[in-house]
Amino acid sequence: MSVYLIRRLLQSVLVLFVMSLLVFAGVFAIGNPVDILINPQADQAEIARATAALGLDRPLWEQYWVFLEQAAQGNLGKSFAFNIPAIQLILERLPATLELATAAMLIAIVFGIPLGLWAGLKPDSIAGKAIMTGSILGFSLPTFWVGLILIMIFSAQLGWLPSSGRGPTVDVLGVPVSFLSREGLMHLAMPALNLALFKLSLIIRLTRAGTREALLQDYVKFARAKGLTDARVIGVHVLKNILIPIVTVMGLEFGSVIAFAIVTESVFAWPGMGKLLIESINVLDRPVIVAYLCIIVVLFILINLAVDLIYSLLDPRVRMADAG
Amino acid sequence: MQLQTHPLFHHLRQIRRRVRTLVAGALIAGASVAANAADLRIGLSADVTSMDPHFLNIAPNNNVGWHVFDALTHVDENTRLIPGLATAWKALNPTTWEFTLRRGVKFHDGSDFTAEDVLFSIERAAKLPNGQYAGFVQRLTGKTAVDAHTLRLNTATPYAMVPYDLNSIFIVSKKAAANAATEDFNSGKAMIGTGPFKFVRFARGDRVELARNERYWASGDNKAAVWDKVIFRIMPTDPARLAALLSGDVDMMEQIPTADLARIRGNAKFQTAQKISWRTLFFHLDQSRDRAPFLTDRAGKPLEKNPFKDARVRLAISKAINRQAIADRVMEGGATPASNLVSPPVFGHVAALKPEAFDLAGAKKLLADAGYPNGFSMTLHAPNNRYVNDEQIAQAVAQMLARAGIQAKVEALPISAYLPKARSGDFSFAMLGWGSYSGDLALRALVATPDKDKGYGAWNWSGYSNPKVDRLLDQAFSTVEDRRREEIAREAMQIAMRDAALIPLHHQLATWAMRRPLTYTARTDEYTFAHHVRQ
Repeated sequence: MSVYLIRRLLQSVLVLFVMSLLVFAGVFAIGNPVDILINPQADQAEIARATAALGLDRPLWEQYWVFLEQAAQGNLGKSFAFNIPAIQLILERLPATLELATAAMLIAIVFGIPLGLWAGLKPDSIAGKAIMTGSILGFSLPTFWVGLILIMIFSAQLGWLPSSGRGPTVDVLGVPVSFLSREGLMHLAMPALNLALFKLSLIIRLTRAGTREALLQDYVKFARAKGLTDARVIGVHVLKNILIPIVTVMGLEFGSVIAFAIVTESVFAWPGMGKLLIESINVLDRPVIVAYLCIIVVLFILINLAVDLIYSLLDPRVRMADAG
Repeated sequence: MQLQTHPLFHHLRQIRRRVRTLVAGALIAGASVAANAADLRIGLSADVTSMDPHFLNIAPNNNVGWHVFDALTHVDENTRLIPGLATAWKALNPTTWEFTLRRGVKFHDGSDFTAEDVLFSIERAAKLPNGQYAGFVQRLTGKTAVDAHTLRLNTATPYAMVPYDLNSIFIVSKKAAANAATEDFNSGKAMIGTGPFKFVRFARGDRVELARNERYWASGDNKAAVWDKVIFRIMPTDPARLAALLSGDVDMMEQIPTADLARIRGNAKFQTAQKISWRTLFFHLDQSRDRAPFLTDRAGKPLEKNPFKDARVRLAISKAINRQAIADRVMEGGATPASNLVSPPVFGHVAALKPEAFDLAGAKKLLADAGYPNGFSMTLHAPNNRYVNDEQIAQAVAQMLARAGIQAKVEALPISAYLPKARSGDFSFAMLGWGSYSGDLALRALVATPDKDKGYGAWNWSGYSNPKVDRLLDQAFSTVEDRRREEIAREAMQIAMRDAALIPLHHQLATWAMRRPLTYTARTDEYTFAHHVRQ
């Protein structure tokens, strides 16, 4: 187990290093952010001064070396546009995105698994067919469009929900969260649903396929023959066996929801990290872009680790082998 | 040129454009209005990055700055200079300026405003690491407070722009901002000004909250607010901002997408305020290099000679562009054809210049006279996320040029990739937009012969160089008498425009939409001032 963890850690450091190098070179190739950030009335001397102040007049390798030196001390640089440490900027936005992503995943799981089970157990019923048709829509409709339609129906026509933004927050253990108040939940409802739609469809389809396959397996027939109730056969034996692929996919999807909730955050003006990333790319705010991607890499690594651990809980045959 | 943030993915913009049309129509039918009468919620179109008034010189930050702080000089809705914290200013001699400060002004914390605060603010703007306001005060060689309400500023050489430059320096409280870093402004600790609003809260990427300053020194165009509380919501995505207005989440928004203008106007619940903006769109064309990139004959062979060096070719291009059609169709009425580099209300605009009339036959004849009867090929470069409908404008212009025989291929890039390339001379025909407080400032940046020491021609991508224009600009900047200076600026503008140094296209119109019965005094500088919103 510990060897496994150490190897994972070393791999992660390598990934971080390569990624930061790529992003650094990429942003450098696009050009000088000062051109975009500076007031147009500025003359040549001012542009040169601003460029030097950000250290952008030095050669790329030197800039990268400075970055590595600082990174080793836990400092990923100050944002060009915000003038505060990039890490602080991102961590400030992280709770909003995590809240949104978690709410979306909860919706997807709570509704997706029962609906998928139903569709798998009764594939030929009207309900089963309706669920599958619905999931096709959830797959194929663009998030952007669905978001706007949700706003149109629930805020403009019916006036039930606010059209955008995050509700008032309260600090829980120092983390600002908005889901504890009614107003916060109302703000959260539409963006979370919008973000959940695709994952929901995915879970429905995975669960349905798994269920149909499992029903044909010998252990199910055997359990039935033993006289177990349907609830026990499905709730324990079938469910536990189909969960492994679902957990894998959900783990990966959770990462991508956090990292790339950009479209939903833009449509609903949700003050999360995705919006920050887009705006930072627009102004070539390199410290923020690099720091953002570093954090995302770390997040993916942690999620994958969690997925591996859940495997071993679900299936005792899976081990965190030190050798393998 | 302000920082206009737009989503990155271009294809998303395309989808959105289509969807927006559909949604706006449906939304308007069910729009509801609900708000506390004394609160005002405004949807901003670009991200506010910092509260520090001396850090990044971009429009969204300045917009907030103008609510909490004042400067010595202000500008009215026509971008003309008016008194701010200084009630009067005059040049004692060509290198000494005296400013008389307003008496009885209090900071938000109750302390008195004096010349010490001004000196401190100038000093802070000059020295802040990474600050972008140093350029406005670097020409000041001497600063003295004669008494608590009189200030003398010296320059090394005669310099007429001191009162204009000080319009960009927000006055902070010396007591509150001594040793303050950017973080102290973001947290509100140092956010003590004399402006019409007190700072309440800044939630990065989300909102800025302000409360009325009951003791504001309102006078003339500097109005006090009628709102107890103002919330600026940061909503760079156009459909999100529009939806928020239509569903009553905000009371007012800036920057209406041109496609939705007609619908908003057709809805009795809302009204718009519109004014010609200072933002002018034009094309730079490379006329300094003998061989410029992307210029070929129709067969694709690079041209031996740069056709843009010939004034007849430049004029032909100008004649081939139907500006009115672009303003009416592409901009859907959101622009007005341009003949100057500054828009009509701005200092130094020459009313005598008229937009070049669309004249296809004339354009073809000029091209033939210049030795290009069969035209030539080129690439027209434009940004695709900076100005209103920028890429569509470029497409329209390319088609118009094609009719005159010039085959133009359009290449549109995101602004972050576009500007660095343009600066390093990768383009020969390129779009740029500009906003200036005065004609001579615009000319200095755009057409003056590039000169590092004088700060001339920093954005002169055309490489236009005319000693006469340069001389007139030198003269304008050392003429402290405003009326004389404006005459000189106009003369320089006229020479550059007659030379077709650049090809002006149009001035954008700035538009705000708000629920009735709110009204707004629309501004040429595009700022959204909550204290100018009335009920």
